[in-house]
Amino acid sequence: MNKIFEVPLYPYERSPDQDAAAPVRHPVVIIGAGPIGLGMGIDLAQQGVKVVIVDDNDKVSFGSRAICFAKRPLEILDRLGCGQPMVDKGVEWDVGKVFFDDREVYKFELLPEKGHQRPAFINLQQYYFEEYLVNRVREMEAEGAPIEIRGGNKVAAIGTHPDHATLEIDTPEGSYNIEADWLVACDGAGSPTRQMLGLDFVGRVFEDNFLIADVIMEADFPSERWFWFDPPFNRGQSALLHKQPDGVWRIDLQLGWDIDKDEEKKPENVIPRLKAMLGDDVEFELEWVSIYTFQCRRMEKFRHGRVLFAGDAAHQVSPFGARGANSGLQDTDNLGWKLKLVIDGKADETLLDSYDIERIHGADENILNSTRSTDFITPKSEMSRLLRDSVLDLAEHYEFARPLVNSGRLSVPCTYDGSPLNSADALDGPIKTRPGSPCPDVPLGDEFLLPKLGNKFILLTIDADAPDVIEEDGVEVTRLALSVKDDRTGALKERYLGHASSAVYLIRPDQHVAARRPSFDDNLFRAAIRRATGKE
Amino acid sequence: MTDLILTPNINRADDFYAELLAAHEGLSKDDSDALNARLVLVLANHIGDREVLSQALKAAEK
Ligand SMILES: Cc1cc2nc3c(=O)[nH]c(=O)nc-3n(C[C@H](O)[C@H](O)[C@H](O)COP(=O)(O)OP(=O)(O)OC[C@H]3O[C@@H](n4cnc5c(N)ncnc54)[C@H](O)[C@@H]3O)c2cc1C
Repeated sequence: MNKIFEVPLYPYERSPDQDAAAPVRHPVVIIGAGPIGLGMGIDLAQQGVKVVIVDDNDKVSFGSRAICFAKRPLEILDRLGCGQPMVDKGVEWDVGKVFFDDREVYKFELLPEKGHQRPAFINLQQYYFEEYLVNRVREMEAEGAPIEIRGGNKVAAIGTHPDHATLEIDTPEGSYNIEADWLVACDGAGSPTRQMLGLDFVGRVFEDNFLIADVIMEADFPSERWFWFDPPFNRGQSALLHKQPDGVWRIDLQLGWDIDKDEEKKPENVIPRLKAMLGDDVEFELEWVSIYTFQCRRMEKFRHGRVLFAGDAAHQVSPFGARGANSGLQDTDNLGWKLKLVIDGKADETLLDSYDIERIHGADENILNSTRSTDFITPKSEMSRLLRDSVLDLAEHYEFARPLVNSGRLSVPCTYDGSPLNSADALDGPIKTRPGSPCPDVPLGDEFLLPKLGNKFILLTIDADAPDVIEEDGVEVTRLALSVKDDRTGALKERYLGHASSAVYLIRPDQHVAARRPSFDDNLFRAAIRRATGKE
Repeated sequence: MTDLILTPNINRADDFYAELLAAHEGLSKDDSDALNARLVLVLANHIGDREVLSQALKAAEK
C-alpha cells in the first residue's frame, strides 16, 4: 500500500441516515467522488449549501488517467481553495514539439500572452488531483462546512419526482434510502444514473485503440509535450510522451483497431514497445497500463428536472486536447452559483435551464475540437492520410502549415455567445471580453484580477463611477473599482477597455462577463442582473 | 468579399500547364499524389480568404 490510489481515503462508515425511521431528505446529493463530484461538492459547501457525496468506491482514480490541467480549471480550483497544492506539485510546461517520422517538424509555445497568475498547463496525475480535492473536503469539514463523503455507497436505484429525487443506496451493511431536493450525477462516462433514468448518450466511437502507460524512469527529457506522427518505433501510428511529477512519464501509443486488448496489455508485450521508443538502455518501471477506445458523445440535455448531469456523465471526449476533467470542472463552476440562488429562493428553477444551454455549448465545442484532433491523428481514408502527411511535411519548412497540424487543441474555456443570461454588448471594447466570455486575468501590482473577482457577482468599474453595492431582487453585487492609472503592464486596458476610455462590467460568480457598458446606469444594470439570474 | 475567379486568369496558360506536368514527370503515383496535396495546401494558404476557398471546393466537387 504505497501508492495513493491504493489507499482508502473515504472508507465506508455507517451513517445515521441508515438507522432513520424514514428516508432523510438532503438539499443536494452528488453521485460520484471523481474530480467533478468533488469539485461540485466543495463549490456548494463553500456557499453554505449542505451536500452529501456518495461513491461506490473509497479511493481516488486508479492509475493516472487525466494528466493535463489547464489554466482555467486552475483558476476555478483557486476559488475552491485548492489551486495552490496542485500548482506546487504539478509540472509546468508550455512547449510542445511535433515529430514526423524521425524528424522534429516544429515546436510551439502555449501561452505567449503574459500577465496571468496561473500557467497555461500543469501536468499532475489524476490521483493527486483527486487527493487534493479530498484534502480540501477534509479541511472544510474540520472548519464545520456542511460537506460529507460517503464511501462504499453505491447508488442502486433512483426515483424522480417534480420536487425531489429518491435514492436507494447499497452499502456493505445493506441498503438504505435517502431523498434529495437536487441530485447532481457526476458518476462518470458509464453513468449508472443516466442508465437508470433511461437517457441517451449519443456520439461517435473512434475505431482505434490507444495504449496508455505511465512509466517511472530517470530520464532527462525536458518538460515538454512530444508528439510523434508515424515514428520509426510505432510505424503508421502516433505516440506521445509527457512528464508528470515524481519521475512518472505518460506514454500514449496508438495501436490500431484490430488488436487483442488483453494480450496487448500484458507487460511482456508492453515492455518491448516501450523499449523501442525509449531505447534499450533506459531503465523504467510500469506504474499503470490501460487500453482505451476513445469516444466523443454527449447527452441531449444535462438537466432532467431535479437531476443534473455534470462531467463525463454528461459528455465524453477523446483525451487529445485534455478536455475531459477540464471541462467537467467548468460544468460545476457554471452550476454551483445557479443552484445556490435557486435553493435560496432568489432565482427561479428555470435559471438551471441556462446550465443546460451554456454547458451544452461548451460540450459541443469540446467535442468538435476533440473530433477534429482525432481525425487528424488517426486519418480515416487514404486521402486524409495523404493530406495529413503533406501538412506535416510542409510544416517542417513553412510556417503557414503549422496551424494546420492538430495533435490536440488544448483546452480553453468557451465563451457563452448567445446565452440568455447575456445582455447585449454596449461597449466598444475588446472582443475577448464580450458578454459570455470568461474573464481573462490581469496583473494588478503584486496581485492579480481573478482572485479579486472571487465567487460573487461583481461590478467591475474601470475609471467609472458606480455604487459600492447594488441589490436587485435578493442578488447582491459588489463593486471592484480599478483605474488604468494603476495598470502598469497595460493588460487591463488591452483586455477590458480596447478603444473605450471607461467601462463597467457585470461579472457572474463563475467569472464570465454578463454585461458591459461605458458607464454605470442604474436601470440598465439592474436589468442586466435580472437577466443574468434568469429573470428577464 | 471577393468571389472565386472562374474566368481565364493565368498569363501564358500553356506555359503554366507545361510546368505543372513537368513537376509530376517521373514521379510515382504516390509521389505525384503527395505533390498535388502539398500544392493544394500551399495555394489554399496563399488565397487565405475562407469564402473563396469554400467556393473553390464547391467548384472542384462537380
Ligand atoms: C487516458 C485518459 C487520459 C485523460 N487525460 C485527460 C487530461 O489530460 N485532462 C483532462 O482534463 N481529462 C483527461 N481525461 C478525462 C478525465 O479522466 C475524465 O474527464 C474525468 O475523470 C471525469 O471525471 P468525473 O468525475 O466526471 O468522472 P469519474 O472520474 O469517472 O468519476 C465517477 C465517479 O462516480 C463513481 N460512481 C460510478 N457509479 C456509481 C454509483 N452507482 N454509485 C456511486 N458512485 C458511483 C465512481 O466510483 C467514480 O468515483 C483522460 C481520460 C483518459 C481515460
